[in-house]
Amino acid sequence: MLFIATGAAAAVGAGAVAWPLINQMNPDASSIAAGAAVEVDLSAIKEGQIVTIKWRGNPIFVRHRTKKEIEDAQNANLGEMRDPQTDAARVKKPEWLVLIGVCTHLGCIPQGHDGQYDGWLCHCHGSVYDTSGRIRQGPAPRNLEVPAYTFLSDTKLSVG
Amino acid sequence: MSGPSTFVPKSALGRWFESRLPVMGLVHSSFVAYPTPRNLNYWWTFGAILSFMLGAQIITGVVLAMHYTPHVDMAFNSVESIMRDVNWGWFLRYAHANGASMFFIAVYVHMLRGLYYGSYKAPREVLWILGVIIYLLMMATGFMGYVLPWGQMSFWGAKVITNLFSAIPFVGDTITTWLWGGYSVDNPTLNRFFSLHYLLPFMIAGVVILHVWALHVVGQNNPDGVEVKNVEKDTVPFTPYATIKDSFAVVVFLILYAWFIFFTPNFLGEADNYIMANPLVTPPHIVPEWYYLPFYAILRAVPNKLLGVCALFGAILILAFLPWLDTSRVRSGKYRPAFKVFFWLFVLCALGLGYLGAQPPDDGPVLAARILSLYYFGFFLVILPLLGLFETPKTPPASIADAVLGKGASGANH
Repeated sequence: MLFIATGAAAAVGAGAVAWPLINQMNPDASSIAAGAAVEVDLSAIKEGQIVTIKWRGNPIFVRHRTKKEIEDAQNANLGEMRDPQTDAARVKKPEWLVLIGVCTHLGCIPQGHDGQYDGWLCHCHGSVYDTSGRIRQGPAPRNLEVPAYTFLSDTKLSVG
Repeated sequence: MSGPSTFVPKSALGRWFESRLPVMGLVHSSFVAYPTPRNLNYWWTFGAILSFMLGAQIITGVVLAMHYTPHVDMAFNSVESIMRDVNWGWFLRYAHANGASMFFIAVYVHMLRGLYYGSYKAPREVLWILGVIIYLLMMATGFMGYVLPWGQMSFWGAKVITNLFSAIPFVGDTITTWLWGGYSVDNPTLNRFFSLHYLLPFMIAGVVILHVWALHVVGQNNPDGVEVKNVEKDTVPFTPYATIKDSFAVVVFLILYAWFIFFTPNFLGEADNYIMANPLVTPPHIVPEWYYLPFYAILRAVPNKLLGVCALFGAILILAFLPWLDTSRVRSGKYRPAFKVFFWLFVLCALGLGYLGAQPPDDGPVLAARILSLYYFGFFLVILPLLGLFETPKTPPASIADAVLGKGASGANH
């Protein structure tokens, strides 16, 4: 009985001490605070242009899509996609595509207006994304992630 | 490390101390009187070379840490200040950076020697697995050390390698965030990598002690792969024979090391790492340090993220299972004619993967890397298990003395 009680107390104690040692490595309060939303002025972004801003240490792509890019994205065949998603599910306004610019393979920054779909191409390991940021070819498992964002006005966007 | 010592210190003070802490007897039995097979060749000197390199890395590393600042805004400049301002800083840094490469050159020779001569076979399985653990710790240490200068390759290497863990199903992203201490590779990441880069070499030193201990329990393998039968005839004492030979090999190895430091210190590095880390610009062509290239080629050969990461780690972990994958009863490759061919093909395959790992991920190199990756895994999983069953080995000599001095030297009738 004494053995079991001692052993149980030791196990609980070891766990209680291990958790702070493990959890200290998670993002601290200042990192989380620095990850608050950022604002983007859309009026300066011309049609066809991609602007990169920094949020939480990562690039955010804001792409002002052309008519052709929007049509390509909307008409793409979902059946041939690894991570099928309609374009409508990835944008709030068709002309504005907002993405976290981090390749879902191993975290490189894909190059815009590149690759065979003229969306993005990741030069690290050859992942190809279309004009909706969906993975079409190469090793990446998922589409480029869409961050939380809201339109504050017609020319002002808040990301995060 | 090889049983009770018969060592008796000459001085009275020595005897007084020895009866309280028999450390001199331990050193004497491990590195003076210890019997080493008399047929050892120069491939057996790499253990000493590796011990030397570990010492060199720890000493240069400790003094570099006196001048380095692990902060994203200051790390890059502190390394440049080591190069320009610190007395002999250029020498210490080049010795440390090239020392890592020399350490890996030596460890690859050491591993291939073990592979060729069957040094992993019974009773040396634990010895071999301890070696695999040291190799894994070396890879982790080298990777984190490469991040510290906070150049472009440092940053993007860190990003790609830490992202490998995001391939783990369900908990991958949580683990990656935990490793980073943020939403990306950033200051917390650099800080903890510095802490761990300082810690791991001492863990390596600890496992090296276990490795040497295990070695001295089972005894050294040798080029003929036959066990010591008669200590008098088959072995010579560690000192002076192995000590002098090892020292000579270390000196020759130092010439190569010094050539890199003084004549081409950046040959094994990447020019991009002299550009400060920029989280918003990925260099057009990311390559890891040369010693990871074969595994990087295997990663890129697989078109699926999770499977690619599994293949990368599998290529390293498979080494730990080698003692049970090789089914041959003959230990040394010297007496295995078919094994020899497959062994040298394996060496070429590893070099080929290394070359391909540095190429851009285009169709041609990726296809070649797929073929070579198949051979890499096939060597361990298919060739070695089957070879033991189908190969007709030559007959190894009856004893080490026979191998060195000709048949009958062991005195079978004594």
